[in-house]
Amino acid sequence: MKHELFPWLILFLPLLSATVIALFTLRSKTISSLISIGAVVAGFVLTVLFISANGFHVNAETSKNWLSIGAETSKNWSSTDGITGLQVDFGLKLDALSLMMLLIVTGVGGLIHIYSYAYMDEDDSKARFFAFLSLFTFSMLGIVLSNNFLQMFIFWELVGVSSYLLIGFWYGKPSAGDAAKKAFITNRLGDFGFLLGILTIWGVLGSLNFGELQSIFAAHSATLLSAGVITIAGLLIFCGAVGKSAQFPLHVWLADAMEGPTPVSALIHAATMVAAGVYMLCRVFFLLNADALHVIAYIGGFTALLAALIAVQQNDIKRIIAYSTLSQLGYMVMAVGLNGQTAAMFHLTTHAFFKALLFLAAGSVILGMHHEQDIWHMGNLRKKMPITFITFLIGALALSGIPPFSGFYSKDSIFAQCLEQKNYLLFGVAALVAGLTAFYTFRLFFVVFFGKEKSDHAKHAHESSLVITVPLVVLAVFAAIGGFIGVVNYYGSQFTPDHETLTFVQQLMEPLKTPVPMCIGIAVALIGIFLAFSIYKNADTDPLPAKLGVLSTAMKNRFYFDEIYEATFIRAHDTIAAICGAIDRFLLEGFIIGIIRGGTDLSGRGLRLLQTGNLQTYAFLFVLGVALVLYFVLGK
Amino acid sequence: MHVGLEHFLTVSFLLFALGLLGVIIRRNLIVMYMSLELMLNAANLALVSFSRFNDKLDGQVLVFFIITVAAAEVAVGLALIVALYRKRQTAHVEDLNSMKL
Repeated sequence: MKHELFPWLILFLPLLSATVIALFTLRSKTISSLISIGAVVAGFVLTVLFISANGFHVNAETSKNWLSIGAETSKNWSSTDGITGLQVDFGLKLDALSLMMLLIVTGVGGLIHIYSYAYMDEDDSKARFFAFLSLFTFSMLGIVLSNNFLQMFIFWELVGVSSYLLIGFWYGKPSAGDAAKKAFITNRLGDFGFLLGILTIWGVLGSLNFGELQSIFAAHSATLLSAGVITIAGLLIFCGAVGKSAQFPLHVWLADAMEGPTPVSALIHAATMVAAGVYMLCRVFFLLNADALHVIAYIGGFTALLAALIAVQQNDIKRIIAYSTLSQLGYMVMAVGLNGQTAAMFHLTTHAFFKALLFLAAGSVILGMHHEQDIWHMGNLRKKMPITFITFLIGALALSGIPPFSGFYSKDSIFAQCLEQKNYLLFGVAALVAGLTAFYTFRLFFVVFFGKEKSDHAKHAHESSLVITVPLVVLAVFAAIGGFIGVVNYYGSQFTPDHETLTFVQQLMEPLKTPVPMCIGIAVALIGIFLAFSIYKNADTDPLPAKLGVLSTAMKNRFYFDEIYEATFIRAHDTIAAICGAIDRFLLEGFIIGIIRGGTDLSGRGLRLLQTGNLQTYAFLFVLGVALVLYFVLGK
Repeated sequence: MHVGLEHFLTVSFLLFALGLLGVIIRRNLIVMYMSLELMLNAANLALVSFSRFNDKLDGQVLVFFIITVAAAEVAVGLALIVALYRKRQTAHVEDLNSMKL
């Protein structure tokens, strides 16, 4: 393997950048942002150099022993000696999966960094923003490159922390602070399950290294995959993905995370964080058995449907896109559950392109509208913001799955996977969600870019600067062509050994092999777009609430999940906390500590009376003492 | 009347009790100090009597030690009392209670 040092550099450059900014250059906005952009762009260049020197299929690990407790771990999981020690490396796993993710994280992330340079220009804390951004990139790269569960879990938590910092970046706003806390705590819930899953895996198999685990599973697949404990471990590990990738029932944090600056939304939603859950599932796919996969598939499908329904009745431009992220993540998780890791990772990649594009374009609209986010205050922006308009259109077409844009190919591979597994229920859900996706995306599109100007801001909107539009154009190119530039080959070779490399034309024609899902996919997308066009072409207000009635209110209020959680879990938690508080305050502090403290105090006060300060009293007591001693020694 | 050990010891005890009473009751430091010397000498008397009646010289040797030590102690003690008097303008124990809380 050539350039062995490169992956280490790619991983640690952003950390270095975060440290340098935090320690030295916090006062200079320009230097800080350039350092941070430089670190991630250098990471991208190094990744490209590394791949061009080694190819995608290095399948290598570089690692240093980092932590060893007890004796050498018994590698033989079935041995009766049991597990005697814990060995953990700090290592980097380099294969097609992690290298592709490296490209996405540093590439899409790099564009978002550049975009932030202009977007955050007026903010006084720009330097702090870029320090957090670098920390976030470092954490995500750590997840991608980890070669064992423990290391991954540490970076997993680091992503949680840095997302907390970024979502709560405008901490002066109470809503931002609350959203940051909500994201962090909700993620912690999932991470608790993840940690339990990791412990279970270690307890049963005695290793945390992905490579070792995979070979154990390959050698004992029959016994292991039918074991109940492996199902439980798989589901517990899936809990981590439920938190990070915001699947039902922990999906509530993602929309609130929109309180952060728009580049943060783009970064969290496109290239990092939410992708981490899906990536992790694909990384450890070998230990998920049929029962676990079933649960995963249905949770993914349900999340996709739920989020798509909610998105139909949202009015905040960023929230609509956020719910579409949720819905697309549901697709990916569902694809994993249907044995389609290639389809899942393919969709993750194209989604990274077009979702980053949509968010950044939305950010450009928000800038042009002077921080107005309600789509019903926009309108007719296509002439005033032509570049944003065209790039947004490309993103919207890709998201809706219109050929030949990237989303079409990846979505089609998921549809095909549903049919291949003969899961017609989930295929129906997926098709319905595809229709809804096209509908709400183009609802947003028509309301924002067509019709009349619905406020003064919309009349005076203007196109954003080049630093903002150039990343949009680059992302738009990839959102358009991402479906047939070979992404599927690299993932395919990772997950299916007998995968044949497709040529350019074969990739272009790939959906034609399965015409049924392709036709259904295109048809529902077109129906969705047509409905959106006919309803919202010239609408000044949303006509849907009148037609849908209660359903619309429920969608608008996100099916009351926040309220339900508030009334049940949060209320229960508060009650338990209040009881514990009362026990602490009255029983522990008032009673037990009170008796000890009061007793000491009282005896002190009593004994103080003996301390008269009079020499002769002491002399008298001294004599009395001597007399007593003499009496006891001699008197008896 | 034959004068025996018990008589000497009685006198010694009375002297000791007088000295102790003085230390406890009298308020003046100098007088207390004198009473203290009285107690030492009561002990000396007892030691000499034991020595005399047991035909051993140990007690008398010890008395010499006590006298020597007492002389040194008096020098130090009186110096302390003088220093204290200079500082506080009093030699009364009741006024010397700054150790009280």
